[in-house]
Amino acid sequence: MSFVPINAIHLILIIPLATAAVLALLPSYRLSARINSAAALATLVVASSLFIRRPAVGLYLQVDDLSVVFIVLNTLVGFTTSLFSGGYIAHEIEIGRLTQVRLRFYHAMYQLLMFGMNLALVSNNLGLMWVAIELATLTTVVMVGIYRTHEALEAAWKYFILGSVGIALALFGTILVYVAARPVVGEGLNGMVWTVLIEKVAGFDPALLNVAFVFLLLGYGTKVGLAPLHAWLPDAHAEGPTPISAVLSGLLLNVALYAILRFKMLLAANHAALAPGPLMVTMGLVSLIFAAFMLYRRRDIKRMFAYSSIEHMGVIVFAFGMGGPLANFAGLLHMTMHSLTKSAIFFSVGHIAQVKGTQQIAGIRGLTVTHPILGWTLVVGVMAIAGLPPFGIFTSEFLVISSTFARQPLLAIPLVFGLLVAFGALLLRLQGLAFGEPTPGTAKAHASYLPMFGHLGLVLAAGLYFPPLITSWFQHVARMLG
Amino acid sequence: MSGLDFDFAHLLAGSLVLISFMMLYQDRLTALINVFALQALVLAMSVAWQAYIQAAPHLYVTAVIALVFKALVIPGALHRIIKRLGVHREIETVVGVGPTMLAGIGLVALAMVVMLRVTAAADQLAREDMAFALSVLLLGLLMMVTRRNAVSLIIGFMSLENGLVLAATGAKGMPLVVEISVAFSVLIAFIVVGVFLFRIRERFDTVDVSALDRFREAQK
Repeated sequence: MSFVPINAIHLILIIPLATAAVLALLPSYRLSARINSAAALATLVVASSLFIRRPAVGLYLQVDDLSVVFIVLNTLVGFTTSLFSGGYIAHEIEIGRLTQVRLRFYHAMYQLLMFGMNLALVSNNLGLMWVAIELATLTTVVMVGIYRTHEALEAAWKYFILGSVGIALALFGTILVYVAARPVVGEGLNGMVWTVLIEKVAGFDPALLNVAFVFLLLGYGTKVGLAPLHAWLPDAHAEGPTPISAVLSGLLLNVALYAILRFKMLLAANHAALAPGPLMVTMGLVSLIFAAFMLYRRRDIKRMFAYSSIEHMGVIVFAFGMGGPLANFAGLLHMTMHSLTKSAIFFSVGHIAQVKGTQQIAGIRGLTVTHPILGWTLVVGVMAIAGLPPFGIFTSEFLVISSTFARQPLLAIPLVFGLLVAFGALLLRLQGLAFGEPTPGTAKAHASYLPMFGHLGLVLAAGLYFPPLITSWFQHVARMLG
Repeated sequence: MSGLDFDFAHLLAGSLVLISFMMLYQDRLTALINVFALQALVLAMSVAWQAYIQAAPHLYVTAVIALVFKALVIPGALHRIIKRLGVHREIETVVGVGPTMLAGIGLVALAMVVMLRVTAAADQLAREDMAFALSVLLLGLLMMVTRRNAVSLIIGFMSLENGLVLAATGAKGMPLVVEISVAFSVLIAFIVVGVFLFRIRERFDTVDVSALDRFREAQK
C-alpha cells in the first residue's frame, strides 16, 4: 500500500471524525460546545481552501467545481449552527429538557453528521456516497429522537422507516447503474467511480439507466423531502432540537439533492437515455404547490417552516429539472439562499420557542413588542424566505421564473401560482406572530445573534450586489450541470 | 458458466421470491419471524454460491453476515422482543390475505417485465438475479404497507434488503458489496435496538404504529 499524504479533502473528513470521538468522551457540555464550534470552524477554513487548491482526483474521493460549492455551504452553515447550538442547549440544560449525558451524545452525533455529509459530498464513488448518506440519516434519526418524548420518538420512528426505504431504493438504483456500466467500463471498482462513469456513460444501455434513475430519484428524493415522499420531514423538523432542524433544512436536504444532480449529469451525458428534466420538474411542482397549501393549516411554528422547506426544495428541483445555464444558475443560487435564510429562521424560531415555552403558533404573538431583536429578525427572515426584494431569494426566484417563461411559458403559471400561495400563507402567519397583543413569556432571550445576523446579512448582500467572482463560478457550474 | 452453476443460482434466487410470498400470508408474528429466518438462510446460501461461481472470496463475508446476523441473531432478538411485549396475537393486516397475494403476483409480474426488458444486454445470470431481486424488493415494500405492527414492519424492511443483497451479489464484480452489507446490518441493528431501547413499548404499551398515530391525534 502506498503512502498517501494527507490533503484538504482528508482533513475535512478527519477533523469531524476525530472531534466526534473526543466529544463522546468529554463530560463538560460548555467545553464540548466550544470544541464543537472550533472544529466546525477549522473544517470551514480547510473547505474554503479547496476553492484555491484542489487535490488530484482519486478512486474514492474527489472535489470538482460542483461539489466545492456544496462543501463550503455545508461547512459554513455547520459552523454557524454550532454557534447557535451553544446558546440553545445551555437553555435546554437549564430547563432540564436535556441531560449532560445526552448532550455528550448530541455533540458527538453533530460532528458525525458533519462527517457523513462531507463524505457524501467529496466521494467519487457511488457506493461510498450511498454509505455516507445512510450514515448522515442515521445520526439525524438519533438526534430527532433525543428528547425522548412521545412525539419525538414517533417522529424519529417515522423518519427512520421512510428514510430507510428511500435509502434502499437508492441503493437498488445504484446497483442498476453499475450493471449498466459493467459491459463498458469492466468489472471492479471502476464501475462505480463517478469520474470514470461520466466519461464513458455515452455507451451505457439507456433503458437500464432510465430505470435506475427512477429508483434514484424516488430514493434520494425521499431524503430531499419531495412530495409525495415528504411525510417524515415536518415531524422530524418539529420534534427534534432546533439546531438539528436548521441543519436538516439547510444542509441534509442539499446533500440528497447533490446525489440526484450527480445522477442527472450521468443521464444527461447519455443521449439515448430519457431526459431526467420532466420527472424532476413534475416532482418539484407537485412539492411546491402541495407545500404551499399545507402552509395555511399549520399550527406548529417549526412544522410550518418545515413545509416551507419542502416548498423551496420543490422550486430548486424544478429549476434543475428545467436545466440550461440560466435555470441551473437560478437553482444553485436559490439553494444557497434558501440554506442561509432557512437556518437563520430556525435560529430565531429556536430562541422564540424557548422564551415563549411553546411551539404552537397560537401561543406566540406580538414578538416585536416583547422581544424586539428576535421579533424583527423573524420578520426579516420570513420576508426574505417569502421572496420579497431586496433579498437574495427574490433574485433567484425571479431568475427561475424568467428562465421558465423564456422556454416553457405554460409551466411558469403553476410555478408562480405556488409561490404566491406560499407567500400569502407566510405573511398571514407572520402578521400574528410578530405583531398584535403580546402573549405571556417575556423572559429575556439568551440568544447568540451573530449567526442569524450573519446569514441574513449575506442574503441581503446577495440581493443587492452579487460579486462577479461568485457569479462566474456559479455560471461555470451551471454549464457543467447541462 | 456451466448449466449447473446457473441452475443452482437460479433455484436459490427463485426460492427467495417464493419465501417472500410465504411471508405475505403469515398471520402470526412467531411464524413470520421463522419464515424470515428461512429467507435469510437461503440468501446466505445464494450469496455463498455466487461467491463460489464468481470466484469472489469477499462475498463469503456477506454470506456469513447474512447467516449469522440475519438468520440467527436478529430472529432471536425479535422472538425475545415479542415475548417481552406479549404480542403473540394475530397480525392486523390492513388488506386481506387474498388481495395481498394478488397484489404480490402483480408486482412480481411487473418486476419481470421491467427488468428482463431493460437488462437484455446483460448476461443471463445477472438478468435473472435482477428480476428476482426487484420482485423480493417490491414484495418487501408490499408487506411494509399492508402491516401495521412495528415488528412486521421491520421484517418487511429486512426482506426488502435481502432483495438488495441478491441484486448486489448478482451484479458480477460489484465493488463495496461487503461494506454495503455491513452498513445495512448497522441500519437494521439500529431499527431493532430502536424499537427496544427507544422505549416504544414502555411509552406506548404497544409497538403498533397506528397507536402512535392515534396518540398524536389525541394530542392535537
